[in-house]
Amino acid sequence: MSDTHAETVAFVRDTMLPPEPPPVTEIGAVRWVRENLFSGWLNVLLTLGAVYVIVWLLAHIGPWLLNSVWNAGSLAECRQILDGATGACFAVIRDRGQQLLYGFYPANLYWRPNLALLLMVVALAPLLFPRVPRRVLWFSAVYPAVAYWLLWGGSVWFPVSVLLGFPAGYLAWRVMRPAGAILSGIVAVLVPLLWWAVVAGPLAGLLQSIVPLGLRPVRSDQFGGFMLSIIIGVTGIALSLPLGIVLALGRRSDMFLIKTLSVGFIEFIRGVPLITLLFTASLLLNYFLPPGTNFDIILRVIIMVTLFAAAYMAEVIRGGLAALPRGQYEAADALGLDYWKAQRLVIMPQALKVSIPGIVNTFIGLFKDTTLVVFIGLLDPIGLSNSIRADTNWNGIYWELFIFIGLLFFIFCFGMSRYSQHLERRLKTDHH
Amino acid sequence: MKTFTFFGALTAAGLAAGVVQAATLDDVRARGNLSCGISTGLAGFSAPDANGVWQGFDVAVCRAVAAAVLGDPMAVTFVPTTGQTRFTALSSGEIDLLARNTTWTFSRDVDLKFTFAGINYYDGQGFMVSRELGVSSARELDGATICIQTGTTTELNLADYFRANNMSYEPVPIETNAEAQQQYLAGACDVYTTDASGLASTRATFADPENHILLPEIISKEPLGPLVRHGDDEWADIVKWTLYALIAAEEYGITSQNIDELARGTDNPEINRLLGVEGGLGQMFRLENDWARRAISAGGNYGEIFSSTIGESTPIGLARGLNAQWTQGGLLYAMPFR
Amino acid sequence: MTTIPDAPKPVFRPSMLIYDTRYRSLTIQVVVLFLFMAGAAWLIDNAIQNLRTLGKDFNFSFLGQRAGYDINQRLVAYDSNSTHGRALLVGLLNTLLLAVMSCALATVIGVIAGVLRLSGNWLVARLMTVYVETFRNIPTLLWILVFGAIMTESMPAPAAFRGDNPTAEMILGMVAITNRGVYVPEPMFARSLGDLDLGLFLVSIDLLALAAVLIAGILIRRRLLRHAEAVQNATGVRPVTWWKGLLAVVLPPALLLWALGFHLNYPELAGFNFSGGIHLRNSLIAMWLALSIYTGAFIAENVRAGIMAVSRGQTEAAFALGLRPGTTMNLVILPQAKRIIIPPLISQYLNITKNTSLALAVGYMDLRSTLGGITLNQTGRELEAMLLMMLIYLVISLLISLAMNLYNRRVGLKER
Repeated sequence: MSDTHAETVAFVRDTMLPPEPPPVTEIGAVRWVRENLFSGWLNVLLTLGAVYVIVWLLAHIGPWLLNSVWNAGSLAECRQILDGATGACFAVIRDRGQQLLYGFYPANLYWRPNLALLLMVVALAPLLFPRVPRRVLWFSAVYPAVAYWLLWGGSVWFPVSVLLGFPAGYLAWRVMRPAGAILSGIVAVLVPLLWWAVVAGPLAGLLQSIVPLGLRPVRSDQFGGFMLSIIIGVTGIALSLPLGIVLALGRRSDMFLIKTLSVGFIEFIRGVPLITLLFTASLLLNYFLPPGTNFDIILRVIIMVTLFAAAYMAEVIRGGLAALPRGQYEAADALGLDYWKAQRLVIMPQALKVSIPGIVNTFIGLFKDTTLVVFIGLLDPIGLSNSIRADTNWNGIYWELFIFIGLLFFIFCFGMSRYSQHLERRLKTDHH
Repeated sequence: MKTFTFFGALTAAGLAAGVVQAATLDDVRARGNLSCGISTGLAGFSAPDANGVWQGFDVAVCRAVAAAVLGDPMAVTFVPTTGQTRFTALSSGEIDLLARNTTWTFSRDVDLKFTFAGINYYDGQGFMVSRELGVSSARELDGATICIQTGTTTELNLADYFRANNMSYEPVPIETNAEAQQQYLAGACDVYTTDASGLASTRATFADPENHILLPEIISKEPLGPLVRHGDDEWADIVKWTLYALIAAEEYGITSQNIDELARGTDNPEINRLLGVEGGLGQMFRLENDWARRAISAGGNYGEIFSSTIGESTPIGLARGLNAQWTQGGLLYAMPFR
Repeated sequence: MTTIPDAPKPVFRPSMLIYDTRYRSLTIQVVVLFLFMAGAAWLIDNAIQNLRTLGKDFNFSFLGQRAGYDINQRLVAYDSNSTHGRALLVGLLNTLLLAVMSCALATVIGVIAGVLRLSGNWLVARLMTVYVETFRNIPTLLWILVFGAIMTESMPAPAAFRGDNPTAEMILGMVAITNRGVYVPEPMFARSLGDLDLGLFLVSIDLLALAAVLIAGILIRRRLLRHAEAVQNATGVRPVTWWKGLLAVVLPPALLLWALGFHLNYPELAGFNFSGGIHLRNSLIAMWLALSIYTGAFIAENVRAGIMAVSRGQTEAAFALGLRPGTTMNLVILPQAKRIIIPPLISQYLNITKNTSLALAVGYMDLRSTLGGITLNQTGRELEAMLLMMLIYLVISLLISLAMNLYNRRVGLKER
């Protein structure tokens, strides 16, 4: 066939040309750069602007960071080593880094806060990761006592006897159950209170005298630094969760008075700055407590931070409750569950699950806000940075401390926000 | 009203961790440590060292009182306070003693209901300027930008001084001394004003102290001293006489080196009474008779404390000036131990 | 004859208060009310007793006493002879000024960053992500301190402008950026109409007149546009209005300015500092930038979420109509995203307002530094000062929520 045609047609290609490589502007890095950086005049401007910003930052911070001094006993020594050149003096972190992390906690006992932090991760695991066995929840329930004992030290029997109040209450409830729900409920609340007020203290003392077992006690005034931020933040959030649930339910309640009180409390707390609440803890709380009452400033701060976080928590949980389809409530009613059973078995497990990302975000916000305690004289990392500067050795050092503190917060908060985003995605797929 | 006091009592039982009674001394003994309010950080007066142990001139007062009362200078709980929280911390009973370079004024003594236990540092408000400004008197500061620490008496003194001299100024309020120093060095203010001791100690830490001068005017009296709550005279006496013991020790030449030797008895009856060898002064306010000896052993006499924390051999480099013994032309004058 | 007995009349028994759902909620509310009142009374009783022990009383007369301290940034007349109440007002106005400025700038930064984060430009999108994550995950207080330090450390001192060879110079001879703040030209009136005394503070009649003329001009322009629209609807031809509108808005104020003798007062070096012009203090600028940039990162996230929530089909439809990407964003995406963005924006505004209370960290004299700081310290009235301060912040917050909720209702989706 081809023979006949060959005479009439001047040229016929009988072999495929090998494929040409695409034009250089359409492949690899060049194409990527063209599409992503220079696709229009606006983009060109933006890219040039961004490059300028990056170069400017690198030119200003780079030499300072690269030329840093890590080994010196004071700022003057640093300046001597640098000899006029620009450079950071990170020797202050070497000298005072542990103080920024642990405050004045005795150095040979650092393992205790470390262990407490590690155990906290274990205690949180069943809430954060679905694959962890539920039995770990028992550990989560005991964890606050364990952490208290590890951090503050003292006799092990004190937290143990305090914990025993809960089984005592449960036992009383079981015993009194035949006598009616109301009575048993009241007894279940009263018995633990009585236990703590009357029995717990002497019992701890007795047990301690029989089996002396304890850690070296550490006083609150030795707490400080990043550890203090974590303690205030974590305790505040943990305690605010039940309070937030109650407030959220109160806000959705049909009862006028309960609703009004809840709304009033939530809006009041959300309407004033945290710093005024901290001042209340430090300046005013004593006015509102019985004459002569006086307790630890850290405890007072935790109380106010808890109230603060509870208002925000209530709004997060309210959002979770609102997200539940109406059918869930109706189904619970149809099963004949009473209000509390419906909440406990049907509503709350779902609402809380939906709220977890919001709760984590509230926690990040609260954790960052713990830095405000510097205004009432507690030595959180920023407060400590002031005290460190008051030492004549480190008088006048700024950026190195800010960078270290900023980095600590960044790592912590960024990690958590990433986790919360991951969680949001996971929960989203659950619903579809 | 009655019912509510009942509720109050109930809750108090639940909350009471430490109940303030009339006798602070008993509280301190029961607790086993002295709760002492200090500044969150002021070079030379109170600052934590690398081991987290508080050091400084004000801190030494706390340690001396703890040594006198409890026998252990380290049995102190330091409560860092800000200019704003210090008085409430004391009046609420959170602290037993406030040693935070606090100026003795009429309103603090009378209106805020505190008792000043004496004066551990005589100070006055001064001005520091950079030498290049060419200013030699505070009268030439019309229109200047001035850094001040807020929450102190210096703000009021400054306003009064400029008003009285018919000058204007631009105040830059700042929370801490370290911050103020930063602003001043960067040139964000022409003048830094605070107590002269603070100015001298700040200047001493500069890279170029010779380029900064303190103006000759001292515009106020700032007697700084430890204070306690009104209404517990015994406790006020303990703090007051502990301070006097430190001052008297310097006057009589009792130092931390020779104190053990002198405590065995000397022929000076005043020293013997002070160190508890004779007289039984300590028992009069329910302390051991060697209370003063323990207080002095804690950090040395007044002169030793001064020279080891803020004196001329330290980076702070303060001269004794008004704070010399009365025999040396200063104002320190301990009442007789008799 | 048999009688059917009546149904037994429901007898009220006390146990029904607990077991009958009709009464139970009433019982609970009464119990809660009693507990609440008892708690409140307990607190108040404690406060009364504690005040008596301390020998103090509860009254606000300190607000009428002489303050004795100076405040650098005063929006109304104040000196050290003024009262503490006056100092409160100065602080409150400073708080409000800072809050308004920060809200405005944070919105601008947030919207730009949020849009740029979704930009096709890889580098810019990454840079914006870095910005958002860095600022969101580090405490506000630290940022405030950092911006304060940048302002004092990196800007030239006024001394640098002095001498024969100044190392710094004013921008265009009008604006001086120093480490004491930024000095900008101040508008002045040579033939001023004077001030209007409102009791608490003075208001410049010049500005009032200017505002009145401007508003009148805008109203006239709106009428012109409405008229043009009517003509267009009737005849299909839209009359040319732009120059009339412009004239109506610009000409009267310009004439008024000329009549009042408007001129700019440039800052210049005199004595220790610059004088003349408006002095935006360092503390204000540091707070303003810190709060705006910090909150801007949160707003950027809200904006991004809002834009992503608008369905992709909207963009495609707009492109199909031939709209450019910029126009698509302005006319199609943002108006829809606005409804999703505004509720979280309200809470960011509230956060800014509350965060202004950290101003003392850089020495900005806001409400908390005057009333809750120096006044509290000098008078020792912590109970009164703190309660008053909380009340003021609460009122501000509630007003913001109210205003923004009204706005939200206006722009919200009208469902019919």
